[in-house]
Amino acid sequence: MKAFASGLAFVARRLSQALLVMLAILVIAFAVRQSLGDPLREIMGQAVPESERAELRHELGLDAPWPAQLARYLGRAATGDLGTSIIYKRPTVDVVLAKFPASFELVFGASLIVLLLSLPGGVYCAVRPQSLGARLILGVSVLGISVPVFLTGIFLITVFSVWLHWLPAFGRGETIDLGVWQSGLLTLDGLEHLLLPALTLSSIMLPLFIRLVRSAMLDELGHDYVRTARAKGASPLRVWLVHALRNALLPLVAVGGLQIGTLIAYTLLTETVFQWPGMGFLFLEAVTRADIPLITTYLVLVGLLFVITNTLVDIVSLMLDPRVSLEGAR
Amino acid sequence: MSVGASETRTRALAGFAAARPGAVLAAVLLAVVAAAAALAPLIAPQNPFDLSSFDLLDAELPPVWQQSSDPRFLLGTDAQGRDLFSAILYGTRISLIVGILAVVIQAAIGVTLGLVAGYFGGRVDGLVTRLADIQLSLSTLMMAIIVMALFRAGLGGEALSRFAVPLLVLVIGLAEWPIFARTARAATLVEAAKDYVRAARAVGCSDLAIVHRHILPNILSPLVVIATTQVAGAVMAEAALSFLGLGMPVTKPSLGTLIRSGYDLMFAGDWWVTVLPGLVLVGVLISVNVLGDALRDGLDPRRRVR
Repeated sequence: MKAFASGLAFVARRLSQALLVMLAILVIAFAVRQSLGDPLREIMGQAVPESERAELRHELGLDAPWPAQLARYLGRAATGDLGTSIIYKRPTVDVVLAKFPASFELVFGASLIVLLLSLPGGVYCAVRPQSLGARLILGVSVLGISVPVFLTGIFLITVFSVWLHWLPAFGRGETIDLGVWQSGLLTLDGLEHLLLPALTLSSIMLPLFIRLVRSAMLDELGHDYVRTARAKGASPLRVWLVHALRNALLPLVAVGGLQIGTLIAYTLLTETVFQWPGMGFLFLEAVTRADIPLITTYLVLVGLLFVITNTLVDIVSLMLDPRVSLEGAR
Repeated sequence: MSVGASETRTRALAGFAAARPGAVLAAVLLAVVAAAAALAPLIAPQNPFDLSSFDLLDAELPPVWQQSSDPRFLLGTDAQGRDLFSAILYGTRISLIVGILAVVIQAAIGVTLGLVAGYFGGRVDGLVTRLADIQLSLSTLMMAIIVMALFRAGLGGEALSRFAVPLLVLVIGLAEWPIFARTARAATLVEAAKDYVRAARAVGCSDLAIVHRHILPNILSPLVVIATTQVAGAVMAEAALSFLGLGMPVTKPSLGTLIRSGYDLMFAGDWWVTVLPGLVLVGVLISVNVLGDALRDGLDPRRRVR
């Protein structure tokens, strides 16, 4: 019971921290809007006489002191209203969220590749550290860390699109409308378009995760419980996968979760190379055209994603940690 | 006595080099690239920053080993008739300058804070560690992209291109100090407990003198290793920002800018404008990383045993 209560307290503390961080992000976004953007431009464009502007400014409360404006911005943000895009003339939240499926499917595809390759690869490198295969994997992973993600993309495009004409080089291809979600995962064309970008994005995370799995596994294999399990007669495969890997996953989740910001940055680069119509691509368009409301909305939503992931990672780490067993408390 | 010492050191270095041909190759490659970049104004046949020195009639010529090339342009030209060989020399120069200066800033902030935290401990230590954790949880590249994007949106592309070098150095430099701070702090904790530090304190050395003259020289080797790999990271970050159009402008291209401007031509078949600077960038990054790995193994006594 005590463990359960402390677990609950931990979750509550973590959630309130997350709320505080979100508040800070919103305040920063507000400051950026105040100093860089002119809200009137969102509404009426440039060609309106100054007297009319002043009138509207007063009507909208834009001449109010900044604390009042901040309070109103936060109030609107709480209802999901972060302003209107200058380029698209639509609510910025809608504009950014419409691009979310594209980015999500790209990250999903890349994560799948990373997961499918890094777990077996990392475990293999840990249980056969001296083998040729392990050295080869680690050698190639140094290469992977050294090549910037946009160059990996360009090289892949050069080989598979420009030279061999096997795979398309840009865009999402054919998508299917599932109501709120435009999916490219359900058509062959969509999957073909996804392959190169997903490979590119995974190429930068894969070396990191292989090394991570390897070092976590090496750590676990040195523990007494592994020797005990082996002495009981458990097969090596069972010892590696059921005993050691389960415990090795804990640092993996923690470190992997910390990479979310980096992942977003790499996604942005990948989307630029492949002209993938995701959130990062939209963000850069907003930057070149100085659409301040759209820029700040992207920052707030990415911040939200960052906060949610970090909070989830902390809570999942707590559940995976055998020392803090929540079920055991019943 | 000193002759004997230097001889041993030379022999140790030779042995180290013989055991790691890859590291030697990387060091040589890096030395050549760095020298070429430093001497760019003397070597380059053309000044790639001077728009009047190139001719649109020379645009999109392939490298000399391909058909319909021009012997004046060793590696071909880009869309504006700029000599790619000169552009790569100057671009590497900018990439290396930004990378190295950014790491100097990282090291200056990080090592200072790490020394202070490790030496004084207590509340200062707690504060520095906490700041480092927060800074590290925000991805460097993402922060750099956001800051440069806001500058670009706020000031416009024109103003950004004028201040691109100092901005990039500051943005990349300020973001990664915790890497240095953590290492410096951990090493300082170990050193501060040793007898020579206590002896120095006993003879009346000030804290500043102890940290600066006694501890700092003894924790330098792990810091050198980190500095090497950090340069690779900083060069990569600069290239990424320039590739996104948030770094060096087209009029003063770094390697990342060159890759970006060549990328649009690639589908027309002009692969060299993007692939050649890309290969130089990858070559530099791999060399620095291989060298960093070798230095780590060489300087860390625990790894040498294995």
